[in-house]
Amino acid sequence: MTLIELANPSRFLALASRVLPWLVAATVIVLAIGLYQSATAPDDYQQGATVKIMFIHVPNAWLSMFVWAVMSVSALGTLVWRHPLADVAQKAAAPIGAAFTFLALVTGSLWGRPMWGTYWEWDARLTSVLILFLMYLGLMALWRAVDDPSRAARAAAVLTLVGAINIPIIKFSVDWWNTLHQGESVFRMGGPTLDRAFLIPLMVMAVGFTLLFVTLHIAAMRNEILRRRIRSLQMLQAGKPRTAA
Amino acid sequence: MTPLGPYATFIVTSYVLVAAVVGALIIWVIADYRRQTARLHDLEASGVTRRSGRSATERS
Repeated sequence: MTLIELANPSRFLALASRVLPWLVAATVIVLAIGLYQSATAPDDYQQGATVKIMFIHVPNAWLSMFVWAVMSVSALGTLVWRHPLADVAQKAAAPIGAAFTFLALVTGSLWGRPMWGTYWEWDARLTSVLILFLMYLGLMALWRAVDDPSRAARAAAVLTLVGAINIPIIKFSVDWWNTLHQGESVFRMGGPTLDRAFLIPLMVMAVGFTLLFVTLHIAAMRNEILRRRIRSLQMLQAGKPRTAA
Repeated sequence: MTPLGPYATFIVTSYVLVAAVVGALIIWVIADYRRQTARLHDLEASGVTRRSGRSATERS
């Protein structure tokens, strides 16, 4: 099935109903394996058992950026290709991305207190992720504030593409500035610095959370398509000539 | 499973919070789907149909 064929919302709904049960099953299985591996992973020689927070903090932090990247591609779809599902995909992803970013911030804070001695520090990594969270909230507010869906879609797409500048800032903030947050330890030149005992559960959890995002995103897109159909039907209803009682 | 040590509260709170937020997301998506399909059925029951004549919940 090509991207053009998927542009048809009815075809997307048919595909969603077929793949969602499989995605749910895959998400549950991978997350269950990841949680078991996280629970049985050894303590770190410096951090002790608090290293277990990494297995949920890092996937949420990755997804906070990944979801904005998905929204940026959708924003291009809205502005350049005028793909009918691009705005649907973008709007459906925003609350999920906001939730992952919130979790990255809070779990990071709960990990920071025992390791750094503070819940929060205005360093480049933490501040840029907080800005990302505020941008998610702003984008959701924008969709609610503009009545005309096509105007809201264009405004949200522009804001998303402008906000995409923050993604490389978050990613490279630990290299560009002297931060309290540790440097990159997985996706770096020369390979990961993490021991396999931590790297494997972390990667399994990352795959599990990514599957969770894909599942929730497809389900939320389905809801958004139905919401737009309701709007169309209500407009049709409003335009119908009324018969005398 | 290793004991969680002196920082068990921070570890347990993190996992409980992630479970609560992910659970809330799942409930929100399911509840939203039920709400939208119910509204569509109500509209169709009141005689409002799509120009194509097909049901709005039809999937293909």
